[in-house]
Amino acid sequence: MMLSGWGRFPYQNCRVTKPTTEAEIAARIAEGRLIARGNGRAYGDSALSTTNTVDMRRFNRMIAFNGNSGQLVVEAGVLLSEVIATFLPRGWFPAVTPGTKFVTIGGMVAADVHGKNHHRDGSFGAFVDWIDLMGADGVVRRCAPDVEPELFHWTLGGMGLTGVILRVAFRLRPVETAYIRQTTIAAANLDDAMDVFEANQDATYSVAWIDCLSKGASLGRSLVMLGEHASPRDMGYPKRNTPYLVPVKRKLAVPMDAPAFALNTLAVRAFNAVYYRQGLKKAGTELVDWDGYFYPLDGIENWNRIYGRRGFMQFQCALPLANSATGMRALLEAISASGQGSFLAVLKRFGVQSGHFSFPMEGYTLALDFPVNAKTLALMAELDRLTVQNGGRFYLAKDSRMTPYTLRQADPERVAAFVKMRAETKAGAAFSSAQSERLGL
Amino acid sequence: MMGPVLILGGRSDIGLAAAHALAKRGHPVQLAARNVQSLSAEKADIELRYNVAVSLHEFDALDVAGHEGFVDGLDVLPQIVVCAVGVLGHQAEDQRDVEAAAQVMRANFEGPASVLAVLANRFEARGSGTLVGISSVAGDRGRATNYIYGAAKAGFTAYLSGLRNRLAKKGVHVVTVLPGFVATRMTDGLDLPPKLTAEPAEVGEAIALAVEKKRNVIYVKPIWWLVMAVIRNIPEAVFKGLKL
Ligand SMILES: Cc1cc2nc3c(=O)[nH]c(=O)nc-3n(C[C@H](O)[C@H](O)[C@H](O)COP(=O)(O)OP(=O)(O)OC[C@H]3O[C@@H](n4cnc5c(N)ncnc54)[C@H](O)[C@@H]3O)c2cc1C
Ligand SMILES: NC(=O)c1ccc[n+]([C@@H]2O[C@H](COP(=O)([O-])OP(=O)(O)OC[C@H]3O[C@@H](n4cnc5c(N)ncnc54)[C@H](OP(=O)(O)O)[C@@H]3O)[C@@H](O)[C@H]2O)c1
Repeated sequence: MMLSGWGRFPYQNCRVTKPTTEAEIAARIAEGRLIARGNGRAYGDSALSTTNTVDMRRFNRMIAFNGNSGQLVVEAGVLLSEVIATFLPRGWFPAVTPGTKFVTIGGMVAADVHGKNHHRDGSFGAFVDWIDLMGADGVVRRCAPDVEPELFHWTLGGMGLTGVILRVAFRLRPVETAYIRQTTIAAANLDDAMDVFEANQDATYSVAWIDCLSKGASLGRSLVMLGEHASPRDMGYPKRNTPYLVPVKRKLAVPMDAPAFALNTLAVRAFNAVYYRQGLKKAGTELVDWDGYFYPLDGIENWNRIYGRRGFMQFQCALPLANSATGMRALLEAISASGQGSFLAVLKRFGVQSGHFSFPMEGYTLALDFPVNAKTLALMAELDRLTVQNGGRFYLAKDSRMTPYTLRQADPERVAAFVKMRAETKAGAAFSSAQSERLGL
Repeated sequence: MMGPVLILGGRSDIGLAAAHALAKRGHPVQLAARNVQSLSAEKADIELRYNVAVSLHEFDALDVAGHEGFVDGLDVLPQIVVCAVGVLGHQAEDQRDVEAAAQVMRANFEGPASVLAVLANRFEARGSGTLVGISSVAGDRGRATNYIYGAAKAGFTAYLSGLRNRLAKKGVHVVTVLPGFVATRMTDGLDLPPKLTAEPAEVGEAIALAVEKKRNVIYVKPIWWLVMAVIRNIPEAVFKGLKL
């Protein structure tokens, strides 16, 4: 069947199976190269294999929860949305979450996802106690920071290329309410925004929306959003009595392949409205429910259709701290000069990162969307070049078009070590995706 | 305290989805299936998610002589029953092999009708309860490509309609579910049109709502009502010439 990632580019004709037992997965491995697929939220071709795409969503059982430590054990196909629905009412929330809740726990491990708290808490892997992984030989191994540590650290961020993740034990964090106290700060330009990030290193969550249309002295004009888990004291009555309850909202849906321009324009208008309102005060604080705060896009079903049939790509890079100011400026200048891409981009401060192949590095990360066409492809190649020039690297979960050469320029040692590990463990011959083939991983 | 929901065909993707939707509303769950001990992971999962008790019961729909005993063996008489038992069969082979065809008819009609008869009588005596039967739009009109399955489902649909009529004044409600296409193990490998295909979770939620609202007959995706209205109304003279 024709299959793609979230960006609907590229599509490939994939053989897809949906096993229900571990024996069936082992049989698939014996058939030849395969890749595991979670909920298809990686943007590009990370979870596509023409010969053998193994849909893991039937492995969707929760196994155990420890109410003292917050440790939850699940099968890899359980969705993060189900974890939240089950445990938020009991006072627990994911310690790290990406910007959509419609990801599987297996996918979160494979991409070692980061959230708005990376600068403080690190990536998802920091909260993973162990992983059960089926390797090239069909044998299931439990790996953890102190058991088979190499396998553990390569699997985090390993994009499914070390084996099939069957089960994961990870820790949730206790929360007192379902709300976030959000403080919004208007930053006049990039330097200003980075100063706000640096001054707020102890904020639990931080992220900025950048206006990509801004130029010159206001290049990088942005809204920096800081967040803290609210306590019942922050809430008025009667809400305070039901701190985990959030009123149900209507879901919007993108009916057909709606134009990106319309939505983009709307987003920029909203940005400007908040920006000017914020500019008048020092900082504004409000209570936002968890869904609106962490997953604003999840409220719009199928928003990936806005770029039309040809689909879209996301660009996301991370730059080391020392080069972040100059590097981000260069990237934003290239984007604003081109007039291509989404009108808003996301900027975020990363903290230190462990893990052998995970994406984050201490510094800053920038992410934005592009429709698929010749102009944007050329622009993205330029953004690649600027990223490499500034010692940065790229997020494989967002990539659909990078060249193997760029990847090696950006990350020579880690890529070489990854390929060597894959050869030594025989994982290279058993697990491959369209992306790993394109990138020569 | 909410009474339990009994799922007949407890390994079925649709049956399990119904169990989740009803457990979420606070109903304890009784899972009944062949080789039921293999459902211990499902039991743990439902208990963990919804804080309700789940019990496992060995059950074979074809063992009609054992159905009274099966119901006697339940810890409590359920409040709700969802019958998800069914097999799709292989039309091309089954039309040449009467024994195989009989198996399909028995698993889709005779077995479910038998166990529901026992439960209906108990519910009638108690004066309460809801029976949910998962039948199929395939029973609305026989087609060359699946009329053995379709005929059995037609029988089951009529049976459910009769039960509903009989029990309407006895405090017992009967729901007929005609799900259209659903992406389950039964349909793995078939090329189903995405717009007409429901996820098991949607069907589970629709079943829980139908139980709450005392609906009689539900199609899960509304479009199926229209599709079937059209299919039922094609004149036989035309219908027999179609490739469906
Ligand atoms: C709107 C949106 C916002 C996002 N925001 C963020 C963000 O803030 N931070 C961030 O880090 N990411 C973000 N992402 C990316 C997303 O978190 C990752 O791509 C994640 O891996 C998707 O999980 P999935 O279950 O959909 O996996 P898929 O997309 O299906 O697969 C992704 C990768 O995981 C592997 N994989 C999946 N399941 C298994 C398994 N069981 N065993 C082995 N390998 C497996 C696949 O092989 C593939 O390489 C975002 C994506 C979207 C669409
Ligand atoms: N999927 C669809 O598109 C679709 C559409 C319309 C109607 N339906 C109906 O929906 C119901 C559920 O099907 P599903 O889609 O969830 O498929 P499924 O997962 O294959 O479920 C069917 C279940 O019936 C059970 N079963 C078969 N014979 C049995 C017997 N003799 N005793 C006990 N259990 C028996 C099977 O048990 P085992 O696991 O032990 O084999 C299986 O769990 C079926 O009645 C089906 O006809 C499905």
